Amino acid sequence: MNVRAMVLWLLMMPLGAQAQGFAGLGNIANDGFATPLPNTILQFPRDHGAHPDYRIEWWYVTANLQGQDRAQYGLQWTLFRSALAPYEASGWQSPQLWMGHAAITTPSAQYVAERLARGGIGQAGVTPAPFVAWIDDWVMAGPDLNTLRLTAAGTDFSYDMALTAQGPLVLHGQAGYSVKSASGQASHYYSQPFYDITGTLRLPSGDVAVAGKAWLDREWSSQPLAPDQTGWDWFSLSFDSGAKLMGFVLRGGSDYTSATWIEPDGAATPLPNGAFKAQSLETHPLAGRELPIKWRVQLPSKGVDVTVSALNNNAWMATSMPYWEGPVTVQGSHNGVGYLEMTGYDN
Amino acid sequence: MKRAIFAALVSHWRRNPLQLFTLITGLALGTALWAGVQAINTEARASYATAAGTMDTARFGQITPKSGQILDMDDYIALRRAGWLVSPVIEGDFTGITLMGIDPLTAPQGTVLQIGAGVPDFAAFILGEGQIFARADVLAKLPQGLKGVARADMAPDVAITDIGAAQRILGRIGQIDRLIVAAAQPITRRPLAEVAAHLTQAQPQQATDVARLTDSFHLNLTAFGFLSFAVGLFIVHGAIGLAFAQRRVMVRSLRAMGAPLRAIMGLMLAELMVLAALAGAIGVGLGYIVAAALLPDVAVSLRGLYGAELGSSLAFRYQWWLPSLGIAMGGAALAGAGAFKALSAMPLLASAQPQAFALARTNGMIFAALTLLVIAGGLAIWGHGLVAGFAMLGALLIGGALALPSALSSVLRLFGAGARGPLAQWFWADTRQQLPSLSLALMALMLAMAANVGVSTMVSSFRLTFVGFLDQRLASELYVSAMDEAQGARIADVAGQYATALLPIVSADSVVAGQLAKIYGVIDHATYRDNWRFLDGAPKAWETVERREGALINEQLFRRAGLSLGDTLRITPDLTLPIVGIYGDYGNPIGQVIVAKAVFDAAFPDAVALRFGLRAAPEGIPALRAALQDRAGLEASAIIDQAAIKALSLQVFERTFTVTRALNVLTLAVAGFAMLMSLLTLADMRLPMLAPVWALGMARKRLAALDLVRAIVLAALTGVMGLPLGLALAWALLAVVNVEAFGWRLPMYLFWLDYLRLGGLALLAGTLAAAWPAWRLSGMAPARLLGVFRHER
Repeated sequence: MNVRAMVLWLLMMPLGAQAQGFAGLGNIANDGFATPLPNTILQFPRDHGAHPDYRIEWWYVTANLQGQDRAQYGLQWTLFRSALAPYEASGWQSPQLWMGHAAITTPSAQYVAERLARGGIGQAGVTPAPFVAWIDDWVMAGPDLNTLRLTAAGTDFSYDMALTAQGPLVLHGQAGYSVKSASGQASHYYSQPFYDITGTLRLPSGDVAVAGKAWLDREWSSQPLAPDQTGWDWFSLSFDSGAKLMGFVLRGGSDYTSATWIEPDGAATPLPNGAFKAQSLETHPLAGRELPIKWRVQLPSKGVDVTVSALNNNAWMATSMPYWEGPVTVQGSHNGVGYLEMTGYDN
Repeated sequence: MKRAIFAALVSHWRRNPLQLFTLITGLALGTALWAGVQAINTEARASYATAAGTMDTARFGQITPKSGQILDMDDYIALRRAGWLVSPVIEGDFTGITLMGIDPLTAPQGTVLQIGAGVPDFAAFILGEGQIFARADVLAKLPQGLKGVARADMAPDVAITDIGAAQRILGRIGQIDRLIVAAAQPITRRPLAEVAAHLTQAQPQQATDVARLTDSFHLNLTAFGFLSFAVGLFIVHGAIGLAFAQRRVMVRSLRAMGAPLRAIMGLMLAELMVLAALAGAIGVGLGYIVAAALLPDVAVSLRGLYGAELGSSLAFRYQWWLPSLGIAMGGAALAGAGAFKALSAMPLLASAQPQAFALARTNGMIFAALTLLVIAGGLAIWGHGLVAGFAMLGALLIGGALALPSALSSVLRLFGAGARGPLAQWFWADTRQQLPSLSLALMALMLAMAANVGVSTMVSSFRLTFVGFLDQRLASELYVSAMDEAQGARIADVAGQYATALLPIVSADSVVAGQLAKIYGVIDHATYRDNWRFLDGAPKAWETVERREGALINEQLFRRAGLSLGDTLRITPDLTLPIVGIYGDYGNPIGQVIVAKAVFDAAFPDAVALRFGLRAAPEGIPALRAALQDRAGLEASAIIDQAAIKALSLQVFERTFTVTRALNVLTLAVAGFAMLMSLLTLADMRLPMLAPVWALGMARKRLAALDLVRAIVLAALTGVMGLPLGLALAWALLAVVNVEAFGWRLPMYLFWLDYLRLGGLALLAGTLAAAWPAWRLSGMAPARLLGVFRHER
């Protein structure tokens, strides 16, 4: 599951479509948009590319990095696609909209940039083979998904990274069909959590050579959140043992949780609602809100009981629709690093 | 108890409706002018804000194709992919409206239709036939069938739609006119020359912030509004003082009957506030009418002077009516403060005589007057900036006004000393006796007179200077604009045959000495040497310019950048020249630099002359005009003769000063009203002084005639004393305010006939004001005069 930034897109979409999205909680496609179906077999490289007949889609990279200066860094590169109508057309008439977010988190600073683009004119898009995902000058590209170059730049930072996959793709849920709510909303969702990443961060203080681990999430769907869901807390944790854990809590009338346990060899175990637990331990005032920046995360079936702490409490994404996204450290039954995303903490 | 006190208080107004009318009218008139001016200012600021948001893309950098090149979608994408945060704009005339096509996703921060900022239905905006955003009155001009969305926060005569829709509507699919460059750019952006060598970037025009430029104009209006309000306040002060004085007896009686002073004071305060609110509301209504009447002239002035667009409709915004109401109530409280103080300090058993004649606090007033005049002098010498200029004006005017009663008193004493015979002596003594209670009205009259003298001097000086300036500057017989270089060449051909000279007018923008300036390249021609006059210049300045050894600058640049003759001027990073001349340049808000054409061409190789001045003998002009139309293909509208430009320029200034003059006439009217009201209220109180004179044998008609003469004498003296004050005001406007506001200093000319006319008007106001009370006196029943001896109150 990855419902990240869905709210961002909902805000940009017409109110009418939003209302219809909420009303059609089930499996019927709205406005002609395609609906994720349980028996879909994902095909690669085709499905690395865009699915314009689905309402929303993203290519989401996060990375935990260590500099030559021994300091910890976090990196984010995200390309979102949102469709006003389920087709692509060339020129300004394209209903496809694109948004990019890029960030570098240091222990003491957060650098953020955002880009918006129209489809149909070549300003942004994704092609599966050779793989190219771009918005403006921000590019994630390679001969295939295993070997990628990743670049982005803002007014005060930039980065240029190389990613090499060290393991297989991981399909979440049922062969990539990921159920998101008790009422049956779902998405197609897979990840590549095994990247080694190296490159250079350009910061106001100078260039820093870095290396670490990166995680790519791919997801597309047509169904937004249920009306009573106010936000979510999403974790992607990489343990020193080589195992990984993706888990989230959708906050609402009754919380909905989901998780995937990933063995070092890539073998994935989907975990049902309630198996994954996350409890806020400490909050931090930021942008007029109180944000939980320290968590107790438990997955009893795998013996996981860890404390997850933000590297930088102020990892705020001050974008069109602001949210918190930043690197975390993990201590307890398992040690490691990861990424945390929190949305819907309104002021 | 309270009800009884209240009934007693209100009964005063029932018995003195004229006083109530004076109080409300005075406050309402003062508030009206203030509110009207504020309404105009608020409307203008709102217009600037929306204009800045919707179409003032000049504050961003712009990328446009170099001459002869085009800018298309491929260029846009290439720049975006090279890291340039640019946003495409297409612009065109569509049924008389400027239709702008924009991309809301990439439009820079701060533009109205940026994503999230104001497009409620994004899908409807970019898909299908699209939507057109504009003011309702603009939408009404669009052809049927287009989907309009009315928005109040848009600039006048501009419609905005998605760039895709605009390309379709304008019939220019795939085309872009320019790219707006966001202020902050990514650090990895590649150089423009590397990405698209055929495009050129212009820097943002930080210096032409419309709101900042027009600030001076609005401050001007505000100052006059405030002056009017001050005059209104004089009236109110008088009315309140009188009402309170006359109610002293009532207050004493009420207190003797056991009414607590606190309750009486509280009720009187409440009464005053209710009256002030009522007067304020009337004033706001009148202000709206004044503003609506003046707005078209203001709009023309602002467009002509600053290129600032102002809509023609006036909104009833709380930003102006609420403060106006507040200032009416605050003003009433201020005017009543003294009266309240006196009332609260009145001993219970005091004689409670009406004290209408106790208004003169002469010593304090003289001291205040002198202090203010000294402050005005100090500001004139050491003050700096527009606010100091207006503070000086304020101190000068109020100081002058406060000095008036003492000055008049001294003059009247002189007259009295020289008077022969009892009647003359009584006349002068009685005139002096009346002075304190008339002084407020006379001050108002003097302020109005001084403002009239000052502004008419400024306007006339300006017109004289400006007409002379136009004559020397617009020396060419015809001015033409070409569509492109090819047409420019054809114009040159025609000129070679039919004109005596072709003077290209070519300019480029640059930042010089920290100021945005237009750089002009000028060819060597006698027209310039013969016609241009310098405010200050080195010998043979034009020759030096033509030898490429010097540059000329306009007065605005000279003053704003603090330059002087001989200074070295960095015109572009590679071009520095000494300043050899400074020229007057009235009516232009920004700085200018003139260099030789050859120097200009080397510095700005991309600039192409598309405008030309053409010299020709008068008899050759029709042939030249015909040839330009037939052979160079110029539209008639692209050929403008000298006279037309002069007329247009003068018209802009006429409209500008129409506004100021209208405010002045209104001020004079308010002052006249103040005098009328003072005389009317005085009329009854003077009966005890007139009755003995009548009883001694002077006819009522004679008494009335003397009263009229007295008013005329006072008005005349006030007018005479207002003249130096007005001239001081004119000097301040020309030498201080104009320099700060517009960047130029005007020579001051004197217009004695105008002053005579204004003096006549002041006399007329005084006479009219005195006529009614005098007429009432002339027909007064002898019984009333006799009554004075029966019961002296």
